[in-house]
Amino acid sequence: MIETTRTIPRFILTLVVALCVSSCGGIQNAINPAGPNAENISRLWWLMFIVCSIVFVLVMIAVLLSLRQRTTEAADRVPLLQPSEESERRRRNVVISLTTITVIVLFVFLIASYSSGRSLRLNDPTKNGLTIELTGHQWWWEVRYMDVDASNIFTTANEIHIPVGVPVMFSLRGADVIHSFWVPNLAGKKDLIPGKISTIWIQADKPGVYRGQCAEYCGLQHAKMALWVVAEPQEQFNAWRQNQTQEAVAAASDTQKRGQQVFFSSTCVMCHAINGTPAGSNIGPNLTHIGSRHMLGAATLVNTRDHLAQWIKDSQTFKPGNRMPQNNLSDADLQALVEYLQSLQ
Amino acid sequence: MSHEKAQKTQNEVPTGNASKSSITDEELAEAMRSEREELEETWARPSGVWGWFTDTDHKAIAKRYIVTAFVFFLLGGIEAALMRIQLAFPESHFLNPDRYNQIFTTHGTTMMFLFAVPIMTAFGIYFVPLMVGARDVAFPRMNVYGYFVYLIGGLLLYAGFFLNTGPDAGWFAYVPLSGPAYSPGKRVDIWAQMITFTEISALVGAVIVIGTAFKMRAPGMSINRIPLFVWAQIVTAFMIIFAMPAVMLASSFLASDRLIDTHFFNPAEGGDAILYQHLFWFFGHPEVYIIFIPALGFISPIIITFARRKIFGYVPLVLSLISTGFIGFGLWVHHMFATPIPQMGESFFTAASMMIAIPSGVQIFCWIATLWGSKLNIKTPLLFVLGFFAIFVLGGLTGVMLASVPLNLQIHDTFFVVAHLHYVLIGGSVFPLFGAFYYWFPKWTGRMLSERAGHLNFWLMFIGFTLVFFPMHQLGLNGMPRRVYTYLPETGWGTLNLIASIGAFVLAAGVLVFIVNAVWALRAGVVAGDNPWGADSLEWSIPSPPPNYNFHNIPVVQGRYPIWQATADAPIVRGLNTKKRETLVTSVMDAQPELRFDIPGPSIWPLMVALATAVTFIAGIFTPWAFLVGAILAGITLTCWFFADPNYENKSARETGEKSEKVAPRVELQPKEV
Repeated sequence: MIETTRTIPRFILTLVVALCVSSCGGIQNAINPAGPNAENISRLWWLMFIVCSIVFVLVMIAVLLSLRQRTTEAADRVPLLQPSEESERRRRNVVISLTTITVIVLFVFLIASYSSGRSLRLNDPTKNGLTIELTGHQWWWEVRYMDVDASNIFTTANEIHIPVGVPVMFSLRGADVIHSFWVPNLAGKKDLIPGKISTIWIQADKPGVYRGQCAEYCGLQHAKMALWVVAEPQEQFNAWRQNQTQEAVAAASDTQKRGQQVFFSSTCVMCHAINGTPAGSNIGPNLTHIGSRHMLGAATLVNTRDHLAQWIKDSQTFKPGNRMPQNNLSDADLQALVEYLQSLQ
Repeated sequence: MSHEKAQKTQNEVPTGNASKSSITDEELAEAMRSEREELEETWARPSGVWGWFTDTDHKAIAKRYIVTAFVFFLLGGIEAALMRIQLAFPESHFLNPDRYNQIFTTHGTTMMFLFAVPIMTAFGIYFVPLMVGARDVAFPRMNVYGYFVYLIGGLLLYAGFFLNTGPDAGWFAYVPLSGPAYSPGKRVDIWAQMITFTEISALVGAVIVIGTAFKMRAPGMSINRIPLFVWAQIVTAFMIIFAMPAVMLASSFLASDRLIDTHFFNPAEGGDAILYQHLFWFFGHPEVYIIFIPALGFISPIIITFARRKIFGYVPLVLSLISTGFIGFGLWVHHMFATPIPQMGESFFTAASMMIAIPSGVQIFCWIATLWGSKLNIKTPLLFVLGFFAIFVLGGLTGVMLASVPLNLQIHDTFFVVAHLHYVLIGGSVFPLFGAFYYWFPKWTGRMLSERAGHLNFWLMFIGFTLVFFPMHQLGLNGMPRRVYTYLPETGWGTLNLIASIGAFVLAAGVLVFIVNAVWALRAGVVAGDNPWGADSLEWSIPSPPPNYNFHNIPVVQGRYPIWQATADAPIVRGLNTKKRETLVTSVMDAQPELRFDIPGPSIWPLMVALATAVTFIAGIFTPWAFLVGAILAGITLTCWFFADPNYENKSARETGEKSEKVAPRVELQPKEV
C-alpha cells in the first residue's frame, strides 16, 4: 500500500517532467519562444496554465469529496425536499463565494490578456525597419523584400531571412484562398486574406532556423505548406540580402548551359522566373537563387541534388495535387537541369 | 355505450369529494377502462409501411430521430477512426489527401449537423410533452416533416460521400476556398444544401418545443415549476431560431455564388471573404451551445434522481441557462482573432467569451452543492455525469484560454483547439447524452440496460477519450496545425499522435459495449416498471413504454417535483374528449387551463412536402429552375396538407356522424377517483 502511494506521485512527477522537456524544445513550438512577441504570449500561457490547473484540481477535489456518502439502497428512499435552512444557507454562501472568485480570476485574465495584446500591437508603426510582403499561394509562400530603393526589391519563396534583434514588419496578402502565417517560436498567427492586407511584426532574439506552417485550411496540400525563417546576425543577413538582389548567375559550364536550354524548352519556363533571363512568369516560386535555399516544395524536402531531380521529375509523389506537372525529361536533360538550378546560388 | 358511461362519470362527479359515494368503485374502474380503450382507438398509430410514412406520434418520431442520429454518430466515429489511423504515423499513405479532406469535412459536418443537433432535438420531442403533461407535441405533422427533411439531408451528404463527391472544404467551408474558383464540381454544393435541410429540420424542432413547453403544460406547472430539462430545451430552441438564419444566409449566398455567379464573397468583384466568416460563426458559436445546453438539461434530472434531493439553486440554474443563451451570441469573433480586426473590437469578444464561464461555473457549483452531503446512488447515468465534470471543466478552462486574443493567436487552428472542442463537446454533450441513454432507456423500451456493462462502457469511453484528446493539447503547443492529412517525421509529433490513435480504439470499444448492451437489453433486460429510478418528473408517472396518448388523465402539478410532491387527493384534469385527439392548452406563465385543442392525426402530406423540399434543394444543386419547380410542388403539397381531412376524430365517432364540438375553454379539475 505504502509502495503504491509512493510510486504514483513519482510516476506523475516523471510524466510532468517528461512533458515539460518534450514541450520546451523544438523549432516549431509555441512555448519555446525566440522573440519578444512569442515570449510575451508564452508568459500569458504559463499564467493561465498555472491558474487553470489549480482551478481544475480544486473542482475535482470538490467533486470527489461530494461522493463520500454512498448508498446502494433501492430507489424508494424518501426524497429530501425540505433541507434544513442552515445547510441551504451554507451552500448558498459557498456558491456565491466561488462565483465571486471566478469573476475575479476572469478579470485578472482579461487584464493580462489585454495588456499582452497591447504590447503585441502598440508600436506597430515604429517597427518598420524592414518590411516583407508575404503572399500565400496554394501551396507555397511568395516572399518579397520591400525597400525604398526599387533596385533592392527582390522576390524569393518559402525561406525568409531576417536579421537577429530587429523587428520585421510583415504585410500579408492572399493570392487565391485564405492562408495563415504562423511561426510559433516567434509570434502568433495572422491570416492572409484575398482582398485584404493584414500586418504582423516578428523579431527573433536568437539566431537559428524556425519552422512555420500554414494554419488556415487552404485545400488539398494544406499539410505541406510550410516555410523556414532563418534568423542570422545583421552582417550575415546583409550579405544574403546583397546576394539576393543580384540577377541569376550566368550558366558557366556546358552542362549548365544545356540545363538552361532544358529550362527554356520545357514547361518550367511557363511558371517560374529566373531574374536576368527571359524567364519572368510568377505563377510558381521565383528560382533566381534556388540553389541557395535549404528546402524544396515549401519546406517539404531538403534541397539536395537527388531530391531536386526527383521533385522536377514527379513532384506529385511528394506532394500529391500540387500545381507542378510531371516532367518526362531524359536522364541527361534532367541532370543538366539540376546542375543548372543548383548553380543558381 | 362506454362513452355514455364516461359522460356519466363526468357529469355525476363535479368538483369536490362530497358526491364520491354516488357511484361504486367497480363502476368507476369500468368507466376508466372503457375510457382508456377509447383513447387507445383515438390515438391509434397507423401500422405497417404506410405507418412509417404517416405516423405523427411524437414518441415514434423522436425514436426515429434518435436511431438515425445514432447511426450518423457511428458513421462520424468511423471517419474519426480512419483519420486517427492516418495520423498515427508521420508520412503515412493510408489515405490520400483528397480522401482525408473529404473525411474530416464529413466528420465535422456529420457530428455537428446530423448527430448532435438532431439527437438533442429528439430528446426534446420525446420528453418535453411527457414532462409537461401533454398528449402530443404542439405541431405533430410538422414534426414528421422535420424528421423527413433531416433524413433526406443526411442521405444527400452520404450519397455524395460514397460517390467520391463528399465536401472537402471543411465543415465551415470558408470562402474563397469553397467558392466556384477553388472548389469546382458539386462537392461544396452538396454541403451547402445539406445545411439547408438540417437547418429547416432544426427550426421546425425548435418551434415545436417552444409551442409545447409554453402552451401545453399541465395545470399547476407555472413557469417557476418547469423542469430544468424543459428549460434547457426552451433556451436551445430560442437559440436555434436566432442562430440558424445566419448560416442559412451564408450557405445560400455561397450556393448562389456557385450556381448563378453572384459575387457575395468574391473579393475580386467587391465581395467580402470575411463577411462569410461573420455569418458562419454568428451561427457557429451559438451552435456549440445548442448542442451543449440540452445536455445540461440531462444532468439536472439525473443528479436530482440519484441524490434523491431537491436541486440546489433552481433559479440560478435557470438564469444560467438563459444567460448562456444570450452571451452565446456575443462571442463568435473569437473564431476570427487572426483576421485583421481592431484590438478594441476584439477585446469585447474576449470579455464576452470569458463572461460565459460565469454561468457555466454557477451551474457546476450548484450541482456540486446538490451532490454534497447527499447519499449518492452511483448508477451508470450518474457516472457519466461525473465524467462530464472531469472532462467539461477542463474543456471550459482551455476555452477561457482561447478567449484571450494573444494566446488564441498561438493556439488557434492547432490541435490544441481540436482537444478543446472535443473536451467541451464530447465531455459537455456526449457524456451526458450517454448518461441520458442509460437513464431514459427504461422509459423508451420498458427494460433496463445492464449496470455492469454500463460501468465498463463508461470507463472505456473515459480512458479512451483522455488518451485521444489530452495529448492533443501538447501537439497544438508543439506547433501541429489542424486539418493536416500528414506531417513530417522531423516535427517530432509522432509519439503523441500514436497515443491518440490507440486511444481512439479504446473509445470505440466503449461505444461498442453500449451497442451490445442496448441490443441485449431490448431482448433480455430487466423489466423496468413505471419508475425504476424513483425519479420525480412526470414522464415517470406513466407506464414504460408510454401509451400512445401519454396520459390517461392529465395531472395537476403541485410543485417542481411532481411525483415526489403529489398528494393522495391531487386533482386531475377531466373533460377532455376521448373520441378525438384533444389536449389542454394552458397559459404561458401560470399554466391556467385556457382551452381544449384539437391535435391532428396521421397524414401522408408532411412526407410529400418534405419530398417537394428535397426536389427543390437537390435539383437546385444543378439548375436554378429547380426553385421554380420546387415552389409549385411545395404549393400543391402544402395546399393538400392544409385542406385534406384533418383526421382529428376516431373511427367510431365518424361512423355515428357525431359532430365534434368546437374548441371550448371548459376544463374541470376533479379529484382523482381511481
